[in-house]
Amino acid sequence: MKWIALALFAAVALLLPFVAGDFYVNLASQIFIAAIFALSLNLLVGFGGMTSLGHASYLGVAAYLSALMTTRYGFGHGAAALISILGTVAMAAFFGLIALRATGLGFLMITLALSQVLWGLAYRMSGITNGDNGIAGLTRPAPFGISLESPAAFYWFSLLAAIIAFVMMTIFVSSAFGSSLKGVRDQPRRMAALGFNPWMIRWITFVYAGFWGGIAGLLYVYYNKYIHPTSLSTTSSAEALLGVIAGGSGTLAGPAVGATLVLLLKNYASAYVERWNMLLGLVFLFIVLVMPTGIVPGLQKLASRLWRRPS
Amino acid sequence: MQFWIIQGLNSLSLGGLLFLLSSGFSLIFGLMRLANLTHGAFFMLGTYFGAIALRDYSGLNLWVTAIGAGIIVAALGGLFERLVLTRLKTNPLGQVLVTLGMAFIISDACLVLWGGDSIPVPTPHNLQAPTRLFGFVFPTYRLVLVAIAIATAIGLYILIDRTRLGAMIRAGVDDRQMARAVGIPVSRLFTIVFCLGAGIAGAAGVLGGPILSAYPGLDADMLPLALIVVILGGIGSLFGAFIGSFIIGFIYTFGTVLFPELAYIILFLPMIFVIAFRPQGLFGRLGT
Repeated sequence: MKWIALALFAAVALLLPFVAGDFYVNLASQIFIAAIFALSLNLLVGFGGMTSLGHASYLGVAAYLSALMTTRYGFGHGAAALISILGTVAMAAFFGLIALRATGLGFLMITLALSQVLWGLAYRMSGITNGDNGIAGLTRPAPFGISLESPAAFYWFSLLAAIIAFVMMTIFVSSAFGSSLKGVRDQPRRMAALGFNPWMIRWITFVYAGFWGGIAGLLYVYYNKYIHPTSLSTTSSAEALLGVIAGGSGTLAGPAVGATLVLLLKNYASAYVERWNMLLGLVFLFIVLVMPTGIVPGLQKLASRLWRRPS
Repeated sequence: MQFWIIQGLNSLSLGGLLFLLSSGFSLIFGLMRLANLTHGAFFMLGTYFGAIALRDYSGLNLWVTAIGAGIIVAALGGLFERLVLTRLKTNPLGQVLVTLGMAFIISDACLVLWGGDSIPVPTPHNLQAPTRLFGFVFPTYRLVLVAIAIATAIGLYILIDRTRLGAMIRAGVDDRQMARAVGIPVSRLFTIVFCLGAGIAGAAGVLGGPILSAYPGLDADMLPLALIVVILGGIGSLFGAFIGSFIIGFIYTFGTVLFPELAYIILFLPMIFVIAFRPQGLFGRLGT
């Protein structure tokens, strides 16, 4: 069953650019980016038990760094990408030092406060970030001389990135280190008694999640060729968190499914109504109240309840 | 000298406003172990109610409007607590997420109802004339705001420390299970405290109106300030929220004046400092 699903996914993914129009190819690229982002957040939320409401920081900062390096400081794309990722990882390492002084709700509040500070900076430091106007006129890189300007080329690029990200994160959580991470999530004291260092395990995971958040940010800025402070906003963090929880946190593929649904909903809804934030809020209420364990388990539960009722 | 005194007063009034905002947040967190992310939205809702009421009905004054907005926001908060939060008693993460969802809904609803332009809240007529004190000129309204914050702090202190209701709330904060076992209706206390916190935030929104005015995104500006105040002062501690508010009031005001582009970074330096050396906050008793 699993293999059939995988083969089906592979077939669709490979054939899509040949059969679908540009709109759908672009949509698929966006889905891959959102999926990488949600998967990286899931390392914290699902496997580490650390609910972060500031994950947009890594996406936004990597995107801003790349935009600033290429436009303002005249770096090439390769160097700019390297600097952005290094900068984002360094920031994650620093934020981890602060946020991991607390756990649970304290952790959530600190990550939220830190990301709001960055959002405020992006708005206020208009001398550097252009404030509310954002930074426009960006270009996509051309790795090995292959231009990524066409939708299909960018599709292959982001598909490749998503596959690498998925494999790398799967290896991360299925490794011995991943087991110790789940141990720290469930029984931190017992793990400490066994000689593990829960803080260090959480911190490494935090930095690793920041790294993949940064990769998602690079792809995001390459795709949009534009960056605005909203990508650092709580809404942006909340969308990713909704994807993780809707898909089922702590599962491997769930967040990718959840992120896909959130993105489709956002694209579909914004064609009809302007009120994305309100819809996002309502979906949050709905998911938490009706399907707190995620859509797939939630639907199963709902179905079994409906089956049982007639008897 | 003039500069320092005037900015010092601005810091005090911002600190007072921050206390009105964060005291409710801190109360709710202390009793319910709930990070109420709707708090900034409650504040903004209050500001909009005030701005609209004072614009459309000329007979109202600011104080009546503040009390009225406080009551309306408290009622909305109570409904939200009864209808949604109580269903999620066993799911603390879910509670935080619905308060976030609610914050999105409220802020977007304000945008739909009242548009994207900022709406000013007029300063009361009898407070528009500046006050002269020791040869310096002060905006009277800001002085009154500080007085209101101090009065609220004293009022809350008396409520929490000297009344039967306060004793029950303190019992609930210290040991919820035990409080239930001796017959304290903890879940009704939750509703009361949530209404109280939301109501103070709503009234604070109106009182802050003459300084801030109502604009979209006010909630997103205020929520991090409240978070930083309570993280600094100690989550769940009223005294911590009081001290934290004035510290942040000073840092934010002087930061904005002296280093306008870096105000946000300066703002979170004390937070980092406190978290590094005292993760429970300056006056916090609860582990986070």
